[in-house]
Amino acid sequence: MSNIMIGNQQETFGKIDGHSPLAVQDLTVAYRRKPVLWDVGFNIPAGSLVGIVGPNGAGKSTLLKAVMGIAPIASGKVQIFGKPYKKMRHRVGYVPQKESVDWDFPVTALDVVTMGLYNQIGWCKPVRNQHRTQALQAMESVGIAELASRQISELSGGQQQRTFLARALVQNADLYLMDEPFAAVDAATENAIIQMLRKMKEDGRTSLVIHHDLQTVPTYFDHVILLNMRVVADGPVQDVFNEDNLQKTYGGRLTLLDEVSEAMRRRERSL
Amino acid sequence: MNSHIQIRSEHFLEIISSLIQPAIAQNSNTWDLLRRLILLEDYNTRVVLLGTAMLGCAAGVVGVFTLLRKRALMGDAISHATLPGITLSFLLASVWGWNEKSLPLLLLGATITGLLGVIAILAIRNLTKLKEDTALGVILSVFFGAGISLLGVIQQMPRGHAAGLESFIFGKTASMVANDAIFIAAASFLSLSFCILFFKELRLLCFDEGFTGSRGYPVLTLDLLLMTAVVIISIVGLQAVGLIMIVALLVTPAASARFWTDSLGSMTCISACIGTVSGITGSAISAIYPKLPSGAMIVLACAACFATSLATGTRRGLVIRTVRRRRMNQSVEKQHFLRTMFELSEPRNGSTPNSEVSINQLTTARSWTERTLQSNIRRATKNEWVTRIGQRIKLTKKGRIEAERLTREHRLWELFLIHHADVALSRVDREADHIEHVLEPEIVAELESLLSEDQRTLPESPHDLAHHNLASELTDRFDRHGDSSQISDQEEPV
Repeated sequence: MSNIMIGNQQETFGKIDGHSPLAVQDLTVAYRRKPVLWDVGFNIPAGSLVGIVGPNGAGKSTLLKAVMGIAPIASGKVQIFGKPYKKMRHRVGYVPQKESVDWDFPVTALDVVTMGLYNQIGWCKPVRNQHRTQALQAMESVGIAELASRQISELSGGQQQRTFLARALVQNADLYLMDEPFAAVDAATENAIIQMLRKMKEDGRTSLVIHHDLQTVPTYFDHVILLNMRVVADGPVQDVFNEDNLQKTYGGRLTLLDEVSEAMRRRERSL
Repeated sequence: MNSHIQIRSEHFLEIISSLIQPAIAQNSNTWDLLRRLILLEDYNTRVVLLGTAMLGCAAGVVGVFTLLRKRALMGDAISHATLPGITLSFLLASVWGWNEKSLPLLLLGATITGLLGVIAILAIRNLTKLKEDTALGVILSVFFGAGISLLGVIQQMPRGHAAGLESFIFGKTASMVANDAIFIAAASFLSLSFCILFFKELRLLCFDEGFTGSRGYPVLTLDLLLMTAVVIISIVGLQAVGLIMIVALLVTPAASARFWTDSLGSMTCISACIGTVSGITGSAISAIYPKLPSGAMIVLACAACFATSLATGTRRGLVIRTVRRRRMNQSVEKQHFLRTMFELSEPRNGSTPNSEVSINQLTTARSWTERTLQSNIRRATKNEWVTRIGQRIKLTKKGRIEAERLTREHRLWELFLIHHADVALSRVDREADHIEHVLEPEIVAELESLLSEDQRTLPESPHDLAHHNLASELTDRFDRHGDSSQISDQEEPV
């Protein structure tokens, strides 16, 4: 991974790394005609803990969705361990944003965690006791086993987040994609999640985590991707996580790309 | 003037009596009819009841998933969109000289325009910036309007007999023959089997669409299959319930079931039962009183179930929620009272413990009204937490233990906020009050380990107790009560 600057993307974008848990090349995603991600490319080193930071609307969630093929990809290539996502689905665990679901839904915490096993169980087949045991073990590892039979609306925010983590853990994946797991959780949960991520790293698993708290980036992650519609910089935290790159990611200065997208938006409005 | 009213009321009575006139008034009375209905003596009645029961059951089950997928009104748009199909196929059939009353033909037309309606809604939602509710409103009214106009055209036709078509709008089981009912039962069974077979996948889809997609499930196909089940229910329900009211059979049982349970499995079963019972009740009433349309009766039966569930549902019914809120408020008051008692009788600055507290002290400490304070004292006395001697209150041994526990929890939380959350000292007490009332034992344990506090010791209040009694307390009180009632809405009693 090298420090990639805007303007000379073509030269610095390497070829897709076939061994990388997640390699993205020239990825462009557009909802209707508004680009959300523009020529995004990076390779993640195996067994690393990678953070994605960027302002609101930078396309962080869309990036994860595009990787899993649930956002409309206009162009570009995504490879998981050298193969397309469709063939590698079983090696990827996904933790969506907590706010993306209705927590009033009539299911228990255990039901939610078992959802991570539905692929294994197979179409139309019922959930069996062995699956529940497996789910309980995953809940145990994030410290919510005793809440298994609670209806999910009775869980606190942190417990809900842990439920989502357990659902991803139960898949026993090699690459984890997490959308803001630290958002709106209590200190104890935040601590538990980071311990869990470090444990996964020790086991050789890779995690890509969307993160909103810039202060904790250096302590939590090895690598960081600074994203604002395009990759502003990516690489080891000590190399790229600096004032200059943050200014480029969050700063108000209009870049050429921003002007292009603004022009396109104006044109769309006038159509 | 008076006689005018009398005439009108007589007229009204006449209508009512004609409405409730039993089907075969001459040679059998109502009881006889009811007996025959209950014992299922008529083959036709038997089959019609079976058909509507099956329809109600399937609608209840399909309804659960459409409700949870937040597509409840889709059924309404679909059913309204069937009317132009019915009238068009009637028109074409009579033009081409076919049997214009043939049910399969009419339902085929209904299915085609119903599906066209769905496609139009999805197209508007996906291709324009309009929201789904707007699309639903537009399609529903346009298709229904087209259907009504065609109905007018049919009535103008010299050889058209549009008489039977109204039963599709309001529902009429009386016009159903055994074959129709068997068809309804079979089609309903099909949608029901779909939901049972794909129960696991539908649960996943309705709960978390993004995750479903990421696991490789075909979200769009599953959604379309669910919509197809809704279309089937709406189409076969046309005869029994009618296109205006079929949505009630899809929504009401599921909505009622939610008041009774927090589990999707039980919710589905309860909804199926409510649908079945409503279907049977409605068509039975309509069989006894043929002038009461079965659709309306089925919907009213559903509404009765809904009202009952809304009030008495064991999980979210109004009664249980009011009880829970009262309990929560009482527990909040209890905690405030005991903590105040404890703090006022706590030894401070080397003084001897003040075992008795006067009512005056209590009143100034917490700005309680006379009534609240008296009821607090009464309740505490009943629980043997305090004893009352004239104008002075004293904590009992039991009360002291309880008060100490509550105060400890409260102060632990205050300390936690100060040490870990950068909350300004002046705001601590108020925030602590909010969270303490919903504090779970495991969080308390967590706080203890975080603050490495010994179980037995009681940390000192981090802010001046005298300051606690000042005006800020007065202004806080209103907020606190507003908020604690909100909490009781969402949280279970701990």
